Amino acid sequence: MLPYMTAGLPTPSHSVELFTAMANAGADGFEVGIPYADPLMDGPTIQAAGDRALEAGSGVRVGLDILEEVVSTAGKPSVVMTYVNPILRMGIDDFADRVATAGGSAVIIADLPVDEAEVFTAAFNRRGIGLVLFIAPTTTEERLERVVGANPPFIYCIADLGVTGQRATASDHIEELVARVRQKTDTPIVAGVGISSPEQANVAARVADGVIVGSALVREVLDASDAAGAAAALYSAVAAYAAAVRRTSTN
Amino acid sequence: MRLERPDTRGRFAGFGGQFAPETLMPALEELESEFAKAWADPEFHAELDALLRDYVGRPTPVYRAARLSDQFGLELYLKREDLAHTGAHKINNTMGQALLTQRMGKSRVIAETGAGQHGVATATACALLGQECVVYMGEKDIERQALNVHRMRMLGTEVRAVTSGAGTLKDAVSAAMRDWVASVADTHYIIGSVVGPHPFPWIVRELQKVIGEELQSQMSGKEPNRPRPDMVVACVGGGSNAMGIFYPYVGSDVELVGVEAAGYGLETGQHGASLVAGSPGVIHGSMTYLLQDDQGQILEAHSISAGLDYPGVGPEHAYFKEAGLVRYESITDDEAVAAVHLLAATEGIIPALESAHGLAWIAKEAGNLQGKVVVLNLSGRGDKDVEQITGPDE
Repeated sequence: MLPYMTAGLPTPSHSVELFTAMANAGADGFEVGIPYADPLMDGPTIQAAGDRALEAGSGVRVGLDILEEVVSTAGKPSVVMTYVNPILRMGIDDFADRVATAGGSAVIIADLPVDEAEVFTAAFNRRGIGLVLFIAPTTTEERLERVVGANPPFIYCIADLGVTGQRATASDHIEELVARVRQKTDTPIVAGVGISSPEQANVAARVADGVIVGSALVREVLDASDAAGAAAALYSAVAAYAAAVRRTSTN
Repeated sequence: MRLERPDTRGRFAGFGGQFAPETLMPALEELESEFAKAWADPEFHAELDALLRDYVGRPTPVYRAARLSDQFGLELYLKREDLAHTGAHKINNTMGQALLTQRMGKSRVIAETGAGQHGVATATACALLGQECVVYMGEKDIERQALNVHRMRMLGTEVRAVTSGAGTLKDAVSAAMRDWVASVADTHYIIGSVVGPHPFPWIVRELQKVIGEELQSQMSGKEPNRPRPDMVVACVGGGSNAMGIFYPYVGSDVELVGVEAAGYGLETGQHGASLVAGSPGVIHGSMTYLLQDDQGQILEAHSISAGLDYPGVGPEHAYFKEAGLVRYESITDDEAVAAVHLLAATEGIIPALESAHGLAWIAKEAGNLQGKVVVLNLSGRGDKDVEQITGPDE
């Protein structure tokens, strides 16, 4: 069970507390989100979270500092989730250096398809970091083969069409999609996008190796009145997701 | 050197590309191959050309602005895109892309709009072809371009207000892209300028270059001894009208000048001049010049003109800038408003605030252009801006 959380919520100085609470509740690892003002792949919840974190002084540098603290205090494998422009602005090599020194294990870039990935993969791999690539319900067989051929550390299966956010019903794409990827590779698969209830996480966990839950958790933080309240709400939410995911784990 | 087509990775030298979520990539690949097929198909051209002639009113005239020419001491011609149906060049693109939507078997269209001109042009094409249409528009732009909102609704389009960010064009593009990520199976996104991930910048340029191609043949009738103008000037927001009129002249001896929005002044940081004052990065799926902070966050642009109020620019313009093929300048809000009044008073034409940036630059630079043949792309009419410029109750 892999929670996504925007780095810098509710404030940069209280951000690590939230990750610690989620680790205590049974999270297996983290997706640490770099706040971005124009997140094309994100729905209203993560947009609002990014705006709030940026206002509170977060950004790519603060976000990577938070990553470092999360890795050292929670001791869970953590990946960075970002958009491409903050990396380019920092410089791909400088960014990769910083992720490596912070202890991040991989990077997910929402607006970077395999077609543009080569230079990023090369810079990351030189430092022992992986670049995660996506498969969507729309991905063709030819593209799937290119993604597999690029040798990502894991493949992010986009469980549902559309941007991140909560959905009333579970995706009916995920089983078929994961099965398609399994035919081509043994690379681990995580499922994300639109998974917003323990029941939906349960469905995804039956087929995927990991389940990412983002907007539903971020919503808890946005609705909380202070950091302690946010940590408490996250603890119970993540515990419920983690239980649902373990209940269905067969491996 | 002019590039006929971007390379296989959708790049104009280093600019362009496809920085888009995987969900959209198959649709972008399909769009590239469908457009390439359509563009090589004489039947597609025959259908589009007939619509452009009989429905849009092309070719648009080239008019010698006699009084202004005398005042400036040069030969000023206006390429009258404001006389195209719906009042701007935007319809050249929307007609082509709406026909392409039909060919691809998609039934729904989405678009973004800033000034509302692209929204109206999309709504018009969709009404004509019986397509469902949704236009995303920032709430600030809905307020300052109310006339165009009414027009779109009358044409049967749903206008969706975008409240994120500053509520302007950047936010409308992002909202349209998010819709497309969910709806891509049955929906085509008719992007309004030479921006976005490949193949959009190429498609929109191909559909807009009719402006420059017409101008080439029209000028030999106007100035038989000087069939090539000395200079062509156009405003640049995303850059589609400039691309359309420049493209046939790129690499020739005709000087090309793109005029961006300096807003309150470049020194204030409140402007839309991404080429003049920005730096390279990725916005809306494309590597290009943009306005950004030192952490790579895209900044809000500012311009009195909603169509130029955008922190990015088409990637081929970024290429033109770096290759030295086009000169880029900027004009403030106040200078643009003065140019609207100038053209209205001397030639009886009320230009769009966007196009007025080009005229303002010519007026300012006239001392250095004595005796030259200068063409301004009058990309749109200004009815939409009258209330904003004069106040509501005049």
